[in-house]
Amino acid sequence: MIAIVDYDAGNIRSVLNALGRVGASDFVLTADREQLRNASHVILPGVGEASCAMQALREAGLADFIPTLGQPVLGICVGAQLMCAGSEEGDTRCMGIFPAEVRRFRETPSEKVPHMGWNSLREPGLSSRAQSGDLSSPLFACLKEGEYVYFVHSYYPELCADTIAVANHGIDFSAALSHNNFYACQFHPEKSGAVGERILKNFLAL
Amino acid sequence: MVAKRIIPCLDVKDGRTVKGIHFVGLRDMGDAVELGARYAAEGADELVYLDISASAEGRKTFCDLVSRVAEQINIPFTVGGGIATIDDAARLLDAGADKISVNTAAIKNPGLIDAIAGKYGSQFVVIAIDARVVDGRWMATTHGGRVATDRELFSWAREAQERGAGELLFTSMDHDGTRDGYPCETYAALAESLSIPIIASGGAGCIRHIADVLTVGKADAALAASIFHSGEIPIPSLKQELRKQNIPVRL
Repeated sequence: MIAIVDYDAGNIRSVLNALGRVGASDFVLTADREQLRNASHVILPGVGEASCAMQALREAGLADFIPTLGQPVLGICVGAQLMCAGSEEGDTRCMGIFPAEVRRFRETPSEKVPHMGWNSLREPGLSSRAQSGDLSSPLFACLKEGEYVYFVHSYYPELCADTIAVANHGIDFSAALSHNNFYACQFHPEKSGAVGERILKNFLAL
Repeated sequence: MVAKRIIPCLDVKDGRTVKGIHFVGLRDMGDAVELGARYAAEGADELVYLDISASAEGRKTFCDLVSRVAEQINIPFTVGGGIATIDDAARLLDAGADKISVNTAAIKNPGLIDAIAGKYGSQFVVIAIDARVVDGRWMATTHGGRVATDRELFSWAREAQERGAGELLFTSMDHDGTRDGYPCETYAALAESLSIPIIASGGAGCIRHIADVLTVGKADAALAASIFHSGEIPIPSLKQELRKQNIPVRL
């Protein structure tokens, strides 16, 4: 049973639809600790403003609980940001699973904000020169550097020791992170075509 | 770097696609979901579904279609056509649309942009402007170019951006359907004066036209209908050719 954290943080239909497409029909939308604790996998979605989302998570009594989970957990978009140390958006303290701070993109003539559209992933620690190595995290099994995924966001997690994929929008940032059983995607795997479905399948195979 | 986007547009009436679609291998040429899935598999970056039904029943059918598209298609999609109230937008959001585009209703009631963007975010609102040159000025039109308005393209686009539109879909009614290419200078001037992404629409007849509007015209995306539906320009060969010309595209 897959549990999707229900904390009233925006429209999660596209995540549910994507789970259906990858054949994961056994899921429940819940804020119940028992159900979350016993799920095989937990997904923390999120859209909207970070401080409101974090507040909603606290009110659901889950902000201190989620970091204690032991099964694979995947944060998506604002859900990923809430797993970081803190966010500039609304000056928010987050769950601190990853050491990254979340900052706002600076707008330039060539880098519009929000960062919206398809951008490519690369392995952290490598320069941006064209080379197509594998992305080494198990979240990206069967995927190579240079794969495109779909982003819609104005705030980004900085690079940190837990970064597992880098994207660039004027500045390099964490497109995905992981620490022990915790995974997070700043992009939307549920809208990222076949690559996104591969990522969801990889997560569910963890 | 964000990739330039290629966006097929599907006109839908009473839940079925209209206009000449000549795809080999589709079981049902009129099935808007199947056609969208085909485009997604071929490498389209987004889809636009435009409701051209005139009836209340047609609108209801369209909303059901949007739910099925959201279930089955794994890339973002925009829906437009007849969105006049925040409730219309809410229904389509609930059905699973990633973005909505507003055109005529926003000209009549610009506050609609503020209302929808304020509630659901700028990333959800595309302002569509159909314009043509009248006495040397680009003027917005409605009803597929048939009805003139007193809105000048550049000032209206800026106002829409300030009100919260997250993207501009600009169609030149002087070029739409001509297959002679896009007015690239106008697109470039729009890109200079706006900070939101611009989708070019109407006028493409060949790959070079699309390449031009994405480079000279500084557009972020190109939308087209008939050149894709006719099978004349398959999306994979279009994107390979754009990549060859060093235009960043998702392959």
